[in-house]
Amino acid sequence: MNSLIAGVILILCLSSYFFGRSEARKLVTQNIKLKALPAYYGYYLSLWCGLPALIIFGCWSLFEPTIIKVLILNNFPQIESKDLFYEQTLSFFNGNFSGEITNEIKAASIKYSSINVIAQNSKIVIIAAALISSLTFAYRKIQNNNKARDDVEIILKVLLFTSSLVAILTTVGIIVSLLFESLKFFSTINIFEFIFGTSWSPQRAFVRDASAITPEELLELQDAFGSVPLFAGTAFIALIAMCVAVPIGLFSGIYLAEYASTKVRKYSKPIIEILAGIPTVVYGFFAALTVGPFFRTLGESLGLTVSSESALAAGLIMGVMIIPYISSLSDDVINSVPQSLREGSYAIGATKSETIKKVVIPAALPGIIGSILLAVSRAIGETMIVVMAAGLAANLTINPLESTTTITTQIVMILVGDQEFDSPKTQAAFALGLTLFIATLILNYIALRVVKKYREKYD
Amino acid sequence: MELNNSKIKIKAKNLNVFYGKKQALFDINLDINQKEVTALIGPSGCGKSTFIRCINRMNDVIDICKVEGSVEIDGAEINEKNVDVVTLREKVGMVFQKPNPFPKSIYDNIAYGPIIHGAAENKDQMDNIVETSLKKAALWDEVKDRLNEPGTSLSGGQQQRLCIARALSVNPEVILMDEPCSALDPIATAKIEELIDDLKKSYTIVIVTHSMAQAVRVSQKTGFFHLGKIIEVDSTEKIFKNPANKMTQDYITGRFG
Repeated sequence: MNSLIAGVILILCLSSYFFGRSEARKLVTQNIKLKALPAYYGYYLSLWCGLPALIIFGCWSLFEPTIIKVLILNNFPQIESKDLFYEQTLSFFNGNFSGEITNEIKAASIKYSSINVIAQNSKIVIIAAALISSLTFAYRKIQNNNKARDDVEIILKVLLFTSSLVAILTTVGIIVSLLFESLKFFSTINIFEFIFGTSWSPQRAFVRDASAITPEELLELQDAFGSVPLFAGTAFIALIAMCVAVPIGLFSGIYLAEYASTKVRKYSKPIIEILAGIPTVVYGFFAALTVGPFFRTLGESLGLTVSSESALAAGLIMGVMIIPYISSLSDDVINSVPQSLREGSYAIGATKSETIKKVVIPAALPGIIGSILLAVSRAIGETMIVVMAAGLAANLTINPLESTTTITTQIVMILVGDQEFDSPKTQAAFALGLTLFIATLILNYIALRVVKKYREKYD
Repeated sequence: MELNNSKIKIKAKNLNVFYGKKQALFDINLDINQKEVTALIGPSGCGKSTFIRCINRMNDVIDICKVEGSVEIDGAEINEKNVDVVTLREKVGMVFQKPNPFPKSIYDNIAYGPIIHGAAENKDQMDNIVETSLKKAALWDEVKDRLNEPGTSLSGGQQQRLCIARALSVNPEVILMDEPCSALDPIATAKIEELIDDLKKSYTIVIVTHSMAQAVRVSQKTGFFHLGKIIEVDSTEKIFKNPANKMTQDYITGRFG
């Protein structure tokens, strides 16, 4: 039914475009000078036809289920677990209910079916009314030879503004929810214990309700959420990844931009970029099943103890994953260094590598730093590889052969499975998310500052 | 007239240049005299720039470019495989159409060449080279107090003189100038022309220009290029007062090009 309505609206939109255009052309034949090209009158009519109806349709579909639910539940004030009852009613109505059928459920589903019919009908009526009234309004405007071009501009501007508003509001919403959940967490756990504590064992916090924690339990819990090992692990694995990705990525970027022939570049660049397209979960099991055990056997043959889930394996694979970010971006940046600078350097007798080292790279540095920092934040936020290959034990270690863990891994571990939303353990995930967010924000800020500083100096 | 004034510094013989399949220069034969300014004029795309880029082998940088024939500097062939372009370019400096200072300080822009060629043993010598180069390019007085500022912060005319100073820093014998004033205003142009006049006492200069007036003002010898061929070469006076070729006549009087 819904898709039918949407289809009708869209068809009307399309036909009203042609209708509006032809109406405008008719005006031309009556020797009226149009204020815009005929097509604009088509757009105008089409936008007026579609937008109000689609907005009403969208809002209706969004709120209908909630309203119907409230209407039905109001009839059964005696029911205790209302959500469950409503779900049962719905599945009974849809014919796939397998539990015990009570009279209430029967009554409710009859009620549901009648409300549903009313809702459907009124939806169609309202949308049709909206369509007709907005079409008439727009048609009158066209007949009066309105400034269709300007009006279309305004409508489009509002449309674009709304889109960006949605993006901004979503961001704000996410930050606010992170912030509030974290505040709840910090009301039970001391924030300094969280930031500076060196022991991470959230499994100790199996307390269902945060408000039910006794003072003794609270004391016991205080040092269970020290996030230092997580940050250290994250930074450590990111560091290993960057040790792999920066030299390889940068050098291959330089090769592609400066040395490779057009033909080589044409084929090798997409091939390198394929690395970025491999799903991280594939990297993950590659790290966990191939590279990890390989290091373990290698280490054993050298007489070293290597954990099969090691920071080294995870970092190495993560580095490989990040190579294309650095190589592709620095290739672009190096390419955009003006050829005249290279020629100036060659003309004075510099060789190719001298030119690259002393002129091209310094000129491209802001962009290169930008690409590296982008790669760092990618490494910090990367989840799948570390979940699969780095391990879960929050060891505070700088031995790359031991297993370690990261913030993202711990968030996954905390939230996987059924969780109570008010236990400190769950809220810890939000606190971790918030700190991760702040960390990457600071990183990006520094990156922008560095880039800006170089820009001012060189451009 | 000094004795060496008539001595030939650069000699191009049967020079042909191809960009891929397209031939850009046809059998160029041109002699360039020592310590003199030779101007190359001609309509856009006629091969003037391609020709001067043959003198310091800058065309090597372009993959599809192929050079045939001979260019001799002081009687030595430069188009041989075993010629070291680094030494060649130390000897033959170049100034480009658009000022292209490196994104470095004014000091480092000048010091770049000497560092590459190992010309200075210590800081004092380097300071000295930088100062003399900037003085030769008539820029010293304007920038001596801000040598650590980026070269790109200078005005267009100053940037171009910085590029000239950069070319002078490695003590070249020849300076190639590819339309050095086309991006500059008349005042900056006048300064560069004055400078060129001064530099010809010690350097052999080849300048590509679109301005006839400039060719008249700065050069002693002028070559007219058209469609990749040399139409006429003679003393500047002769070319502009009494050209032998009808085409040259038409070009300098503005009838085409």
